[in-house]
Amino acid sequence: MILTQEQQAILDGSKGEVMAKVMKTLVMYGEAFGAEKLVPITSDYNHLVTSFGLKVMSPVYDLMQTILDAGVVSGQKFSVDPRPLDKKVPANFLQNLIFNKFMYTKQDFYEDQLKKLGLMNKDAFTCTCYMDEVGNKPKKGDVLSWAESSAVVYANSVLGAKCNRNSGIIDIMGSIVGFVPYFGLLTDEGRKATWIVKVQTEKKPEAQLLGSAIGMKVMEDVPYVVGLDKWIGTELNDSACAYLKDFGAATASNGAVGLYHIENLTPEAVELGEKLIAEGAKEYIIDDAELERVQKNYPVIWKKPDAAPKLCFIGCPHLSLQQLKDWTDNIESELKRKGNVKVSVPTVLTAAPKVLEAFEKTSYYARLRATGVIISYICPLMYMNNPLCKKMPVITCSNKLRTYTTAKFYKEAEILSIITDGGKK
Amino acid sequence: MKQFKGRVVTPGTVTAEAVVTKSGFNTLASFQNALQFGDKEVKCGDQNNTDLYGKSLLNKALCLPQTIGSTTGGLVLYCACALKKNPACMLFSQPIDSLAAAGAVLADVWVDGVTMPVIDSLGEEFLNYVKDGMTVTVKEDGIVEVG
Repeated sequence: MILTQEQQAILDGSKGEVMAKVMKTLVMYGEAFGAEKLVPITSDYNHLVTSFGLKVMSPVYDLMQTILDAGVVSGQKFSVDPRPLDKKVPANFLQNLIFNKFMYTKQDFYEDQLKKLGLMNKDAFTCTCYMDEVGNKPKKGDVLSWAESSAVVYANSVLGAKCNRNSGIIDIMGSIVGFVPYFGLLTDEGRKATWIVKVQTEKKPEAQLLGSAIGMKVMEDVPYVVGLDKWIGTELNDSACAYLKDFGAATASNGAVGLYHIENLTPEAVELGEKLIAEGAKEYIIDDAELERVQKNYPVIWKKPDAAPKLCFIGCPHLSLQQLKDWTDNIESELKRKGNVKVSVPTVLTAAPKVLEAFEKTSYYARLRATGVIISYICPLMYMNNPLCKKMPVITCSNKLRTYTTAKFYKEAEILSIITDGGKK
Repeated sequence: MKQFKGRVVTPGTVTAEAVVTKSGFNTLASFQNALQFGDKEVKCGDQNNTDLYGKSLLNKALCLPQTIGSTTGGLVLYCACALKKNPACMLFSQPIDSLAAAGAVLADVWVDGVTMPVIDSLGEEFLNYVKDGMTVTVKEDGIVEVG
């Protein structure tokens, strides 16, 4: 890698030993991918993946403290993934004990570190930092040092920003030095599609199921998706963006996709069309049968596979304002149709604190609360990240949550049916 | 015994027993329970990985195509190394992915006293040849012996 004089001086220790190690980390990281240079970060804000004060992650907090003690913090403020705890979300005595006394004992300490490191504000805890209400929305072409797989794939694909699938810690280190290694999804070549995915379904494919199928097939490659505009349109409106948010999160968690192109819809696909497809790209055809096959192959590892669900999470990644409104309409009308008043399964809808704040100002808020649904800023994944939840029959329409926990995946319509059916499974 | 040549991502030499996955290794899903709840054997907790689910990863030669999943992957690997609950080495058939590279580099630069050699680009033939329980030796210059 060829460094500028300034970068080389930092590597040689001109700004102290810790800063030199931060630079060394980025150089080694870039060299693993043949990066020949470091390029400046151009986004207003950064986004970090590590939001949780897990006792077992103490090496991370020690490293952050080393950075703070050395005074090498970034000038760039950041948002961060959702908090792992919220008292509004149902938890029994034992769960609360485990959460507060064993697992997240470092939460307050770590949040204090985040403030010192440059947290945007006290509400900047969400995986969907790019929502208008949150305010961390990069511009097309911006170079980022973000982590959080669902946010990175959204920023690259829907917003046209440029970011590699950085890991936690690497995210903040790039921001500290102000540069990231130039490779992969930062380059024109790395943004070319090596898969053509043809969507040939007879009905609108479930976003999180389609994303899962594609993620599992293409892994870390870039897919160029044809035929989806038939179902979600050619305009990046609220509905299409929410669909792509959920679709992308599934591609990134069920595989390792960092960028996708949707023909006639996402910015680079609109601009460059099939020029984005690399020579020799492979093909994957998705029809309804393929989606059914993918869903049927998900392992169900509940102790009793037919157990009645005890909790339902909707909103991983966090919901948009429009999605909160849509779920309110759907739950309300389905309850009414069945002659029921409240959901029969404790159901938690999650969104960014700032999105919830906006939602609470609408008439939908009272209507949703009347159905018994809980709204929260929590990270469902972090909530379920304990042995007690392993035994708990939790259902979700999030393929990311399914991947990392024992939650069972259902399509959105199935979830709606289950939570409104008056207690029958 | 068969020899394969890869590229050194982080250096070191080691001999260990192989555990093999043909599908992507989800670092968060694989390590989170083991790290969090003190599983001394560091058993793989990724329910989607039928090759590795329930098998010990500690001090094993982890043979894999790539890692997948959450971008906490690198810091999870870093923590596994800092807590000395890491595989003996990681041997990738494909070029390394950004999350695994981050974990390997973070461990190499910031963790004292732990060496986890990481070799990538060993090729499909490597992953087809190596089987669970085989003895794997990582030598200098990216040479991997399987026997």
